[in-house]
Amino acid sequence: MTQGFRIKISRRFLRVWGRNLKVYRKSWKISFIPPFLEPLFYLIAFGVGLSALVGNIRYQGSDISYMSFIAPALIGVSIMYNSFFETTYASFVRMYYQKTFDAMLATPLSLEEVITGEIVWGATKSFIAAAIMMGVISFFGFIRFPEGLLILPLAVLGGIAFGSIGMFFTGIVANIEMFNLPVFLFITPMFLFSGTFFPLENLPQWAQKAATLFPLTHLVNLSRAFSFGQIHISLLWEIGYLLLFSLIFFPLALLKMQQRLIK
Amino acid sequence: MVHPQAVLGTRTLFSGQYIVEAENLLKTFGDFVAVNRISFQVATGKCYGILGPNGAGKTTTVRMVYGFSPMSGGRLKVFGLDISRDWRQIKFHIGVCQQENSLDPDLTVLQNLEIFARYFDMPKKEARKKAMELLDFIALKHRLNAPVTELSGGMMRRLVLARSLINTPDLLILDEPTTGLDPQSRHQIWDRLGELQGKGITILLTTHYMEEASRLCDRLIIIDHGLILVEGNPGELIRQYVGGNVIEIARPTGELRSFIQARQLPHEDLGHRLIVYCEDRGELYQRITRDFCKEGCVMRLATLEDVFLKLTGRELRE
Ligand SMILES: Nc1ncnc2c1ncn2[C@@H]1O[C@H](COP(=O)(O)OP(=O)(O)O)[C@@H](O)[C@H]1O
Ligand SMILES: [Mg+2]
Repeated sequence: MTQGFRIKISRRFLRVWGRNLKVYRKSWKISFIPPFLEPLFYLIAFGVGLSALVGNIRYQGSDISYMSFIAPALIGVSIMYNSFFETTYASFVRMYYQKTFDAMLATPLSLEEVITGEIVWGATKSFIAAAIMMGVISFFGFIRFPEGLLILPLAVLGGIAFGSIGMFFTGIVANIEMFNLPVFLFITPMFLFSGTFFPLENLPQWAQKAATLFPLTHLVNLSRAFSFGQIHISLLWEIGYLLLFSLIFFPLALLKMQQRLIK
Repeated sequence: MVHPQAVLGTRTLFSGQYIVEAENLLKTFGDFVAVNRISFQVATGKCYGILGPNGAGKTTTVRMVYGFSPMSGGRLKVFGLDISRDWRQIKFHIGVCQQENSLDPDLTVLQNLEIFARYFDMPKKEARKKAMELLDFIALKHRLNAPVTELSGGMMRRLVLARSLINTPDLLILDEPTTGLDPQSRHQIWDRLGELQGKGITILLTTHYMEEASRLCDRLIIIDHGLILVEGNPGELIRQYVGGNVIEIARPTGELRSFIQARQLPHEDLGHRLIVYCEDRGELYQRITRDFCKEGCVMRLATLEDVFLKLTGRELRE
């Protein structure tokens, strides 16, 4: 009679999403500040401070200013951070300390709906952050419209990808301190080596290859392409990679959370 | 105070004799058997108790009933439906107070109820109305906008109770609803539950407070190590296992021990204390106080606690 790995998902996951939205709306004014200030800080520090040293850089055969190079990457990084930190630390607190999931599991919601609701909520936070950052960055004229608007659906896709892997880690860590490990070994290297602050071509060949495994590399490439208005068929590969990543880690997250919570 | 009728509504999803039918219910964690093929039936409209010391398997049992934990074996029907197949439908009609506090600390008192109502697909307007009724019912209306983190332990428990009633359940599952509460809060909860019982709700209750069980349960089982030790109604069990009265003697002498043994009276010897179970209305008590101990000897009515301790032993758990 033991239940195997059976997926029970309906639209009810939106109830869980709705709960998180309700909590978010209570403090939205504060939640809006980081995505608003973050690009400003980075653009000032790197753009103004560093670009004096860097000047223009060569990206895909043309010279562009350093600020316009990093601006779309900042959006990509923010998409990653928002969903990943939501489904790791924040979800862990709800699951472990607040017993929010336990309470939900005494209602008609299934575990799969709870977890899906959390991941989709993570993606929603990525979306909100990307939208705010786009607003700030386009003020500097670094985003071309209407192509730049494609960053919004990209934020959802990237949010699902990073939200899923975050939830996967939540399913396996023994305690909240252990998130330091994936942050240090996965998130931080990606932050630095995904073609974010310098073009990948500056790296040795093997490192370039390794970087193509990072989902952030593809997220940043896409964000940059959309910002520059360089829409090209080859972008489908990058989208495909993020889709594949999500298709692997979303069910894995469900499986690990099921093993963790269904006792 | 709102009449419980308004809180409960009058729904009859199920009209069979037993709301819960568990047959050879088994739960294992690896090699460890937490619930060992137990069978019980919860009659519709009654309060059924699962009593047992810590670690007996109470929580594990009720978790299977509300579809939180999959069973390792056996058969379980709730509302006549199969829990592993019709779990969603069943859960729509169950209210649960879990043992651990699971109120949402990110939300206020009212929001806790409203958001919870949404998990049951209640429209927003109806959710608000029902939430207000329930806040009235548990006397928390004056704190409706307070964050739950500001509530006292007793208030939190009452709110958990209200939350479990939000969907107008036909079956209310309470896992140690008053553990850790002060007497005032405990009686408050008992009063509320009494009102609900009066309106015919079915309750499945776990507890290790015998007073609570005596007061609320129509029928109960005492379990230990995942096994049922006895089943019956509280009065019956007391008569059957300890009789009418209990004489407790502090610092018994050797003479008294021989006297009790010679007469073959049912008793328990705890060394510094002797407990004698008797039907007798005072004769034995007078004899003991006159001949063996002038003080430190009391006679009282037997309680469920005597049954419980007799059956589950007196050694500490955990
Ligand atoms: N997830 C689990 N894994 C392993 N053992 C468990 C788990 N949950 C409960 N147990 C064990 O099962 C037994 C019964 O637990 P429980 O039902 O919580 O007891 P009670 O509610 O009666 O205090 C205990 O010995 C407990 O340690
Ligand atoms: Mg328990």
